Amino acid sequence: MGNVFLIAEQKEGSVKRVSLEILSELGRQGISATAILPGFGDLSKATESLVNHGATKVIVLEHEALNNYNTEAYTNAIYQYLSTQSPSVVVTGATSHGKDFLPRLAAKFKTGIAVDCISFQFSGDKISIRRPIYAGKCSKTVEFTGIPVVFSVRPNVLAMQTGSKSGSVEKVNADPGLVKAKVINTVASQVKKVELTEADIIISGGRSLKSADNFKIIADCAATIGAAVGASRAAVDAGYAPHNMQVGQTGKTVSPKLYIACGISGAIQHLAGMRTSKVIVAINKDPEAPIFQKADYGIVGDLFEVVPLLTEELKKLKSQS
Amino acid sequence: MLDFSLSDEQVALRDMVRKFVQQEIIPNAAKYDETSEFPREIINKAWQTGLMNIAIPEKFGGLGLGVLGDVIINEEMGAGCLGMTTSIAVNTLGLYPILLGGTEAQIEEFVVPFLSSPKLASFCLTEPGSGSDAGSLSTMAKEEGDYFILNGSKMWITNAGHADLFTVFCTTNKELKTKGIICLAVPANLPGISLGKHENKLGQRCSDTRSITFENVQVPKKNLIGKMGEGFKIAMRTLDRTRTPIAAGAVGAARAAMNYSKNYAKERKQFGQPIANFQAIQFMLADMAVKIESARLLCYNAAWLIDKGQDEQGSYFSALAKRHAADMAMEVATDAVQIYGGYGYTKEYPVEKIMRDVKLVQIYEGTSQIQRVLIARHLLKD
Amino acid sequence: MNIIVLVKQVPDTETKVRITADKHNIETNDIKWIINPYDEFAIEEGLKTKERLKEGSVTVVTVGPDRTVEALRTAVAMGADNAVHVKTDGTLDTYLVSRAIAEVCKKENAQIIFTGKQAIDDDQAATFGYVAELLQYPSASVIVKCDISLNKTQATLEQEGDEGAKNIIETSLPAVIAVNKGINTPRYASLPGIMKAKKKEIKTYTLQDLGLGSETSKTLDSDYQLPPERAAGKKIAGDAATQVKELVRLLREEAKVI
Repeated sequence: MGNVFLIAEQKEGSVKRVSLEILSELGRQGISATAILPGFGDLSKATESLVNHGATKVIVLEHEALNNYNTEAYTNAIYQYLSTQSPSVVVTGATSHGKDFLPRLAAKFKTGIAVDCISFQFSGDKISIRRPIYAGKCSKTVEFTGIPVVFSVRPNVLAMQTGSKSGSVEKVNADPGLVKAKVINTVASQVKKVELTEADIIISGGRSLKSADNFKIIADCAATIGAAVGASRAAVDAGYAPHNMQVGQTGKTVSPKLYIACGISGAIQHLAGMRTSKVIVAINKDPEAPIFQKADYGIVGDLFEVVPLLTEELKKLKSQS
Repeated sequence: MLDFSLSDEQVALRDMVRKFVQQEIIPNAAKYDETSEFPREIINKAWQTGLMNIAIPEKFGGLGLGVLGDVIINEEMGAGCLGMTTSIAVNTLGLYPILLGGTEAQIEEFVVPFLSSPKLASFCLTEPGSGSDAGSLSTMAKEEGDYFILNGSKMWITNAGHADLFTVFCTTNKELKTKGIICLAVPANLPGISLGKHENKLGQRCSDTRSITFENVQVPKKNLIGKMGEGFKIAMRTLDRTRTPIAAGAVGAARAAMNYSKNYAKERKQFGQPIANFQAIQFMLADMAVKIESARLLCYNAAWLIDKGQDEQGSYFSALAKRHAADMAMEVATDAVQIYGGYGYTKEYPVEKIMRDVKLVQIYEGTSQIQRVLIARHLLKD
Repeated sequence: MNIIVLVKQVPDTETKVRITADKHNIETNDIKWIINPYDEFAIEEGLKTKERLKEGSVTVVTVGPDRTVEALRTAVAMGADNAVHVKTDGTLDTYLVSRAIAEVCKKENAQIIFTGKQAIDDDQAATFGYVAELLQYPSASVIVKCDISLNKTQATLEQEGDEGAKNIIETSLPAVIAVNKGINTPRYASLPGIMKAKKKEIKTYTLQDLGLGSETSKTLDSDYQLPPERAAGKKIAGDAATQVKELVRLLREEAKVI
């Protein structure tokens, strides 16, 4: 395989986990790759991580205009450098930034694109890429008819591992070119409630929470992973949660990637509202609760004990990524 | 050549209404049923989307769509909520007398304003003492100079509390029986009109149903629709055109009941398997399908005949359609509740509401018994 | 102002996905086709923009086989003024679709281009970027608010950023703006609109007409597969702390959902 480039992403000097995940996978397949890191200022921590995870070379594309992400500046700078390097593969993380600039970069190379891939396999001169479509209702293999092969990889699907740690770091003065659209302000969110029907992750509580106040332990857990909070009809009827939080036949129908049911027995009307969730977790004291038949993973236990532990564990995970 | 397919536009219309129903009606149906609040906001949206008053001819700026258009709209809306369907569709009933019997000037004056804002019209035929025997109505219109002086009461008037216009059937001379009946366009703001309370009904609870009392209401003579003595004929021709869309609403409600219970039967497990595996359930579902499909065909056939101008055959078929659709929808809804068992009897599931709602279709705009009378009269004539 | 809206016809969200025998596509018989829901927001934003500016026209553009004309007619029924169909046989990849759209946008002298942030069938979310780059326009995606300056040279956009943050973006026009749910509430195709749409003449091009006759797709799809059936659930053993640790590990490494 020819020249393989990872467009790495950093935020305030720390490299995004997905960049390292991709490097790890390339390492596993014996592919040496150059990491390109656009940015400005002290990026030593990021370059070190990239080297540690197997980048044979790290090119820091440096320019003040690359300090914060900008669609055109990133596209132009990356293209300006890559166009002199005869790339055969350009890969990046399918983050909000990666998804934003990669189509423009692919257009500059007059090549195709495969977005949000979940695996890729090099074999000889070919690379075969697997990506989900129809919101995961099916998946397909994508192959390119020419080069460069341009694709992005979904975060959190590839395992991390360290690499040879022998790569070099080189700084290049980047050219961000003409920028017509600029972020002039960023407003951080106050704690924002995630809409149930759009949430990737939902944590729901049932009547066993015993009070409206106790819903806080569900909310705390949800907050650590940006999840929405749902409730069973029983909990809503008991006045522990408002109706707009109700999941089920007469509430909302949801299909998140992950649904965690805490203290919900799994009445048929509740199941009807969440059965298309990709992964279902049940936490319930009663080992015979019907919810366990639908759950991918079950914990038989007291939610007042289990959920706070889960919150702590998720916090730990969050601080690593 | 026989062709059962809808045109591209009719399919587009159906899909559009279906989406409207999914987004606006279904999410709100249970709430309005519970509170019996008038669905004004949803009516306004339906008007904005062009789902109301579709019979107004193109030369007056309307769409000039025939009965088939209303049939398509009502089946979809009926699948969402029959109460809202009635509230939205009743304009057709209120305005058809003027479209059928009025002069161009009257259509301009009374009907065309309905195109520029979401106004409502009520059809006032039934009285406390005259239901199925509509010809026996006794609301009096006495000629006095340039006016008719209107006195009497009307009963079960849909949208009465929110209507801008009433089309009132009344008599100038009771002895003339049906030949004495006239039709008047009565603006709702005329002095002397008082409304009864919103009836607290078993089903179709959000549709506004009231009595109206006319006490020395001065109606200008220019508001006479059709000639003296033509009122009864206008009322019957109107009902020939609205009976089929009403039947279609019942088809929609039955379709929804079947779909709900079908899905439930696949989900609900007893004796270790989905109850849909049991023939007792399968037969109920199969019978539902037969009833629904045959009722829809009758509706389409009736609408097609009327839209072609074959009034007499159309009248007959509309009675067939209404009789069959209303009765079968009641049966289908009852069986749907049965398939759901105890759950179906609660408001947690939508089928008990359908059962309450469709009951009214056997009663209003001509009971199932009156439809049989019309059918038999047609069969036994000559 | 020439407002262009890019739309795609996609299978209804309720569609049960089945795969063809050769595994090169999904089974498209009996599919109910709809306008990509995100593109509906784009149509509405186009119509609203025209209404706010009190001038201009909204032109909807799609690429695909004959059936996709239906999506255009629906957009016209919602209120779009013009419709352009790039008629193709077989499947085109994102690259070639974008090339065709860019050519149409040039012909139509696009001054602003709206589209949905992604199509819900192939989930690539890439056409907006390709088209912008091919036209040398700025682009912004996941937009939930769009204000066009009255002199029509600039737009202020609100973008959904990470972790619930909002980015305020200023861009010169023309630009490609890919919108997200929440930007507006799409109007229904009205009944009078449907009647009008059936008579609407739709401009049709082939790839040859657009000078792309010799271009081919750059990517090929194969081996479509349905996800494996849900395996019987497992109960996690141990004390609460062990259970939770194991759960988090499974969610990360096996289920890959966190």
